[in-house]
Amino acid sequence: MTATETDAPIRTGTPGPGRAGPPPRGIRRIAFSHRLSRWDLKLSPYLYISPFFILFIVTGLFPIAYTAVISFMDWDLVRGTGTFIGFDQYAYVLGQPKFWVALRNTFSIFLLSSVPQLVLAIFIAAMLDQNIRAKTFWRMGVLVPYVMAPVAVALIFSNMFGDQYGLVNSVLNDLGFASVPWHSDAFASHIAIATMVNFRWTGYNTLILLAAMQAIPRDYYEAAAIDGAGRLRQFFAITVPSLRPTLIFVIITSTIGGLQIFDEPRMYDQFGTGGADSQWLTITLYLYDIGWGQWNFGRAAALAWILFLIILAIGVINLLVTRRLVRNEGSNR
Amino acid sequence: MKRPGWFVYASLAVVLGAALFPFYWSMLIGSGDASTIRDPNMSWWPGGNFLANAASVINDPAVNFWRALWNSVYSSALIAASVVFFSTLAGWAFAKLRFRGSKWLLVFVVATMAVPTQLGVVPLYILFAELGWTGNIGAIIIPALTSAFGVFWMTQYLQQAVPDELIEAARVDGASSFRTFLTVALPAARPAAAMLGLFTFVSAWNNFFWPFIVLDRGDPTLPVALSLLQSNYFVDYSIVLAGVLLSTIPLLILFAFAGKQLVSGIMAGAVKG
Repeated sequence: MTATETDAPIRTGTPGPGRAGPPPRGIRRIAFSHRLSRWDLKLSPYLYISPFFILFIVTGLFPIAYTAVISFMDWDLVRGTGTFIGFDQYAYVLGQPKFWVALRNTFSIFLLSSVPQLVLAIFIAAMLDQNIRAKTFWRMGVLVPYVMAPVAVALIFSNMFGDQYGLVNSVLNDLGFASVPWHSDAFASHIAIATMVNFRWTGYNTLILLAAMQAIPRDYYEAAAIDGAGRLRQFFAITVPSLRPTLIFVIITSTIGGLQIFDEPRMYDQFGTGGADSQWLTITLYLYDIGWGQWNFGRAAALAWILFLIILAIGVINLLVTRRLVRNEGSNR
Repeated sequence: MKRPGWFVYASLAVVLGAALFPFYWSMLIGSGDASTIRDPNMSWWPGGNFLANAASVINDPAVNFWRALWNSVYSSALIAASVVFFSTLAGWAFAKLRFRGSKWLLVFVVATMAVPTQLGVVPLYILFAELGWTGNIGAIIIPALTSAFGVFWMTQYLQQAVPDELIEAARVDGASSFRTFLTVALPAARPAAAMLGLFTFVSAWNNFFWPFIVLDRGDPTLPVALSLLQSNYFVDYSIVLAGVLLSTIPLLILFAFAGKQLVSGIMAGAVKG
């Protein structure tokens, strides 16, 4: 990259003893490479980080800002420009009953997927945290679903949750229960979709929590055992409190992901519109429909900003709660 | 430390069963025919129709299976390679080089991770439509060539992986900054780079929202092809699930070879995160 493959002592800049009395050309050569290397040191860090920033500005920052502009416009797809209309698009989106249904569905699916998932992940991690045989085998086993595409998971599960011939309903019937209308009842569809999310992410979160568990000093447990605490007591008195920071990390990441859910509800039936009565329409699915179903980019952009503000608000709430919890933790962390 | 009792193994076996059952189920349905799913006495052994169903998937001109497979393989590989290289480069600068504003720039990188994809899709679509790139696989590759997570991950790793003395030694030897990167940073970054590459590959392979918006039906990636499969064959789930299996096998093979790395990657990332 740069011509500094001379023996010039770059760091000190002063010629070493072996270089005493060089001809004038030699001095100039050293000075030149010295200056070059100083520039090299100063500039190259910026050069190294520039690919990320350039690409982010073009494909991230510019689109975000432009989304804001478009959201204030009545966008004309043919001409590729819009007319400024202020907050009308926001008012329109917020005035749609569908938006509120989508918001409700998104939160319902999010809660149904994150809460059971975390509880399950903690318990599985606690089991993997013991001195079991074939550790790697079990760890790899729980992670298998993670490599599967959400689209593929959705296709398998929407089959298993079939209303008439689905596996889940036939098992329910065999056990003497009535069939559940998985594709017509809103809450039932949320459970089915949340199951897909749980299937794919429980193992991943298990491993993150397992890593945090392994960082807990083992003498805590020994001390507790000497004090007469049983396994269950140890779990709730030592393991769970020590996991708090990691739990918060997992909660925040799953919140951001959960509020954007698209793949699973899109593939839950063959129409991909979120159900005849919007039973499982989510915000992102609604965004897709407005943008690329109705081809109304102004409204889609407004909805995108509304979604972002919701995520931001929840992020801030998360952060405040996190601060409190971590402070309560005191010296433990 | 004491070995746990049978209860732990039994519970783990149940968990493993739940993790693997959907694969088995898609094999059961995918190897039957359209009536299998309606059969109340369905056999728990795979039927003999898998190859025929797979052939339907592969030969369906509307699905473009080979095209989709190739698109998925090369776009994911290209994205993974690019993310690893540029993340190592930027991570190296943030971790070991001193420059004005580095702290704030890094905070900025981390902050960008919280921005949802949806926020940019409308203008990004307009941008690629303007360039005439909608339907072109390049439209999903270009925006994914770098990653904020990757930069953060590499910065974290290189901070502790490379002793400062090594960099100084390289400098005293007269190596240019970029040469130092090649000879000192890249070799040291190898374990973290492998994990970042794996994660990037898996998530690029599975990505759906943006490819679904911007790609042409004639030139899809595998998840987009699967979504087409469903709208074409919604009455015959055996073909749909055979397609699901076909599209998942490449990643299962990858997992068989690199699963251990992926596991340790998740575990390592969590301790620092």
